[in-house]
Amino acid sequence: MLVKNRNMENTSLESKEVKEVKEVKESKENKEEAKNLKVEVEAENLNFFYGEKQALYSINLKIPEKSVTAFIGPSGCGKSTFLRTLNRMNDIIVSARVEGKILLNNQNIYAPNVDVVDLRRRVGMVFQKSTPFPKSIFDNIVYGIKINKLANSRTELQQMVEQALKQAALWDEVKDRLNDSALALSGGQQQRLCIARTLAVMPEVILMDEPCSALDPIATEKIEELIVELREKYTVIIVTHNMQQASRVSDYTAFFLLGQLIEFDETEKIFTYPKEKKTEDYITGRFG
Amino acid sequence: MENLQEATKTDNLILAPRKKRWLMSPSADKAFHTLTKSLALFLFTLVIALVASMIYNSRLSLSRFGLSFVFSSTWDPVKELFGALPFVYGTLVSSITALIIAIPISLGVAIFLTEECPYKLRPIVLTLVELLAAIPSVAYGLWGIFVLVPFMRNYINPVLEKGLGFLPLFKGPSYGIGLLTSGMILAVMIVPIITAISVNSLNSVLPSQREAALALGATRWEATQIVLLNARSGIIGGIILGLGRALGETMAVTMVIGNRPEISLSLLAPSYTMASVIANEFTEATYDLYLHALIEIAILLFIITFIVQAFAQLLIRQISKGKKS
Repeated sequence: MLVKNRNMENTSLESKEVKEVKEVKESKENKEEAKNLKVEVEAENLNFFYGEKQALYSINLKIPEKSVTAFIGPSGCGKSTFLRTLNRMNDIIVSARVEGKILLNNQNIYAPNVDVVDLRRRVGMVFQKSTPFPKSIFDNIVYGIKINKLANSRTELQQMVEQALKQAALWDEVKDRLNDSALALSGGQQQRLCIARTLAVMPEVILMDEPCSALDPIATEKIEELIVELREKYTVIIVTHNMQQASRVSDYTAFFLLGQLIEFDETEKIFTYPKEKKTEDYITGRFG
Repeated sequence: MENLQEATKTDNLILAPRKKRWLMSPSADKAFHTLTKSLALFLFTLVIALVASMIYNSRLSLSRFGLSFVFSSTWDPVKELFGALPFVYGTLVSSITALIIAIPISLGVAIFLTEECPYKLRPIVLTLVELLAAIPSVAYGLWGIFVLVPFMRNYINPVLEKGLGFLPLFKGPSYGIGLLTSGMILAVMIVPIITAISVNSLNSVLPSQREAALALGATRWEATQIVLLNARSGIIGGIILGLGRALGETMAVTMVIGNRPEISLSLLAPSYTMASVIANEFTEATYDLYLHALIEIAILLFIITFIVQAFAQLLIRQISKGKKS
């Protein structure tokens, strides 16, 4: 629905962009409803350091549930770093240090009593380069289910695998070769497998770190369709370098620059009437 | 016409002779090709010649005993009876014992070095481990005789005899020297090899594999298992190299194994290996058949190492099959 209509007539580049934005607008007629949505992820005065170097400066942000939020900005602006603070993936970096709070359903995930392992199950993550384990397709999905002890029987396990693959729109392509190595899949299929693997552990939030940057346009389109569908059930946060992608798939957009959150708003507003000059400059391609 | 002239002009530019450089001619290229090819052929010929001369120089024993040489366990130079089975057995059992001891230690050290060890300590610990590989084997042998053998005799073996003596594997009496002790010496010698190669292959696993596991709610240990899974072909390669060294090791083993050509199920009993019997008895081989029997043992050792290597290659290929898309 949100995905760009490729047959659309366009007279000039500008009008194409306007039309795209219009499409997005139509699909979100119920603006009021969107505003009343519960806040799922919230950053409160978040600072982040790699050793001495500060990478994020007092980020404040509220991301509603069951929406797609895009993080855009030039390389090194801190958007990936911020994404990785949301499931505490930065914890594995020795010199990393966090100040401030990240609230997931009003609970601070940096509180001392938080179970990081369970947090990461609740906040799934898909990486830039697909990361299938060197196992069969079936076992890749099973891995997360097993370590989190989510299935009670073999039949339930198989059902969960099937459901996850269907949700990721991969089932039809792999149902006859579930025991083949996952590494034999194409790049786009591998990425959808990784999404299926994430869905299988029943997360609440799904983080995606440039999930399409290594894929061709057709594989990208499939992933984008998938992201739009995921919005029904999950809160999706996606880092992207591709502004068209941000405008196609997201409801909200956050623009980062030099470790600061410059602007956060509904995607259509960011792309039509940005409040900040810097956002406008970036979106219109004046830099970055 | 003008166009044509211009074209020839540019062609001439392209074909203009470059500055002369050393060895820049087709014949020099050809010479280079011939040189490298003949070096490769030389190595190949060397192996063939080696095998041929070994077969020639063991012909007496080959024709006299035939296949029974491999399956006979009598080694009696006085009666001119030669069978290699005790040596094959001693070689295989001491090497496998070494692997059983060395694999967990090496993997533990490798995982510690790549996962847990503080960054600044890593090169120091790794250098220390690699230093173990540089110690000459005769030094290990001396250490074995004066430290390890008494230690085994007084502390380890009595405990094993008492606790597990009901198993034929740990039946006494024990002298300190024997299969288990030589297995331990070999383990110390191959730990650095297996560790170094495992560290390399663990380090080459993409960090995103570990992160992907963690992102699915894996504990640290579960994520490490995924990393190990990725590194498994490299680790197995390291283990095979270690096994290769253990099979061929002569000096340190012969100093602690007891040098008795007998097959005993007990790991505490003295034994003999192929490499050590060749080294020990070569000078005592006073008649041709004796000498030929020793050379035939060398052929056997060659065949066994060859089979182990071939098997390892197959195993590694099987494992890494799925990796290429």
